[in-house]
Amino acid sequence: MDTRLLIDAKNIIKRFNVGQENELEILHGIDLQVKEGEFVSIVGSSGSGKSTLMNIVGILDKPTEGSYLLDGIDVCAAKDVELSHIRNRKIGFVFQTYNLIARTNAVANVELPLLYAGVGMKERKERAEELLELVGMQDRMLHTPDELSGGQKQRVAIARALANNPSIILADEPTGALDSKTGRTVMDLFHKLHEERGITIVLITHSNELAEETQRLLTLKDGLIIAERKGATYAA
Amino acid sequence: MLLENIRLAILALKANKLRTFLTMLGIIIGLASVVMIMTIGNAMNNMVNSQIGDIGANNFYLFVNMRSVDAEGNEINYETARGMKSSDYITKEMLEDIQAKYQDKIDGISIFLPLGSTKIEKGKDSAKIKIYGSNPMAIKSENLKLLAGSTFAAGDYSRGSNVCLVSDRYVNVLYGGDVNAALGENVEAAIDGKYSTYTITGVYEYNAKSMGMAGVSDKDLETECYVPLRAAVQQNPKITENIQEITLVASEGNDPTITAAQIAKYLNERYYKNNDTYELYPYSLKQEAESLQKVLNSVKLAFLAVGAISLLVGGIGVMNIMIVSIVERTREIGTRKALGATNGSIRLQFITESMVVCLVGGAIGITLGVLLGQVVSVLLGASGMPSVLGILGCLLFSMAFGVFFGYYPANRAAKLNPIEALRYE
Repeated sequence: MDTRLLIDAKNIIKRFNVGQENELEILHGIDLQVKEGEFVSIVGSSGSGKSTLMNIVGILDKPTEGSYLLDGIDVCAAKDVELSHIRNRKIGFVFQTYNLIARTNAVANVELPLLYAGVGMKERKERAEELLELVGMQDRMLHTPDELSGGQKQRVAIARALANNPSIILADEPTGALDSKTGRTVMDLFHKLHEERGITIVLITHSNELAEETQRLLTLKDGLIIAERKGATYAA
Repeated sequence: MLLENIRLAILALKANKLRTFLTMLGIIIGLASVVMIMTIGNAMNNMVNSQIGDIGANNFYLFVNMRSVDAEGNEINYETARGMKSSDYITKEMLEDIQAKYQDKIDGISIFLPLGSTKIEKGKDSAKIKIYGSNPMAIKSENLKLLAGSTFAAGDYSRGSNVCLVSDRYVNVLYGGDVNAALGENVEAAIDGKYSTYTITGVYEYNAKSMGMAGVSDKDLETECYVPLRAAVQQNPKITENIQEITLVASEGNDPTITAAQIAKYLNERYYKNNDTYELYPYSLKQEAESLQKVLNSVKLAFLAVGAISLLVGGIGVMNIMIVSIVERTREIGTRKALGATNGSIRLQFITESMVVCLVGGAIGITLGVLLGQVVSVLLGASGMPSVLGILGCLLFSMAFGVFFGYYPANRAAKLNPIEALRYE
């Protein structure tokens, strides 16, 4: 097993409104290491700092203090344009509300990260179709989001997250908007991708039940990681 | 990437067709009015040029006119100044002087002397004519288009034959429009108690438009009847005594305005130096056309300014809608950023969108403007197209417009914080 560290965050502190009266510290010093091929979950109730941590891990935001190396790249020192490129190549986001582009069919949605990576049109289409097949959406490639069910939308979103072969899939409450049965199929898809393709996944959730399915779960409370253990029902 | 952006822009614009159309409408109306004004302006210019061409762009005139100041430099009062006396008129000597001195600058002097107006009756119909004694140059410079018969032969001028040219409008009244039937018929003219009979040798086409007489009925219209100069003099010898105006034709390569001024200056120094009240005044059609063009151009500019303002309002409309559209699509922008879109690519996406709106609206507006301009021009009796360069300029301009009015909203989109954008409801 390769033990390359994909996420190496040390002493992450995040404060908002720095220097103002209403200054607020959300994360109080978090250490997070994720190795290549891991399926990790970060679990916590609302207000625990989950979203803030996820934004920092997904480099949509920078920590106030601390260091963060993503696949060996110091993202704290990177410029905006570089951050865009890193997000594009290294991270695949899966959101609770899917965030597919409206009025744009499944293939075009999956092509989007490839487009921003500068991949040619023909290659983009081939890759998008291949990914949609992987997530079992080969029959709905030309459907627009409003013609798809929640579970189908999330599968398209997962295919989109995989487009540029990212180092990590960052899934923020991916089943939060789905009924339990559909949520199950989405979780099964994550397990499949993890097992069959060795994809690294970081799952952010408030559900202990889902978190227990992962290899390793970290419990976040009031801006600190208070517990770390193996998932109880992890099947591998 | 640019093609991709254009495709995305079209997709986004199609998604809200009514709004896109209303946005475009501002640009369409603005550009249509600008292009329409350009088209009509060109048509008017063409009209002026062609009418000047009909009459003869090389023609210029010298006429006896009241001085503005007398020899002592005092202003001359039009009301108290003396009337013209015989020594004030253009004399035969002066005509010969011009012929001799300026023969290389002019093709000739056209002498065109009014004999008088009369009414010719035939049965119960009557037609009004004004008879002019004309020399060969005068007939030539009138640029008459003959419908039947021929103009005068050289001998007609030298002998002073009693022949004449009448208009088709005259023939319409008296001969039911049969121009050939009119040939050889007589015109019996009674002017100032003197009778003469002229035989019709030719019928010319009356150009009501260039004479400013469009719409007057054949019966009420007074048309010109040309007779050889000598024939007119035979009927009334006095007409050569009081020549107040002569028409000259500048020869090829000589500017009529400049030549007119030169000749007037020469004659004034020679013949009018001691005249206390009158002098010769030069006047050319070209000069007239130029000042008319100037007026037309300033009117055109004024209308263009109004058109430009409506275009500006249209542009602001585009900007407004772009801002609304960006607010509506905040989440989409956040998502795109999370997927790796740089600020630059977001900016480009929205600028492209605004450019497409302006370009499509511009193309429709230009087409509409050309069509409307054509309709109005035809109604005015002119024809003209805006220049290809002008149209290309308008297209380029509408594109630039899109960039200009799209830049601010697009920049706002590009600067959105991805976290807030993703959270936006």
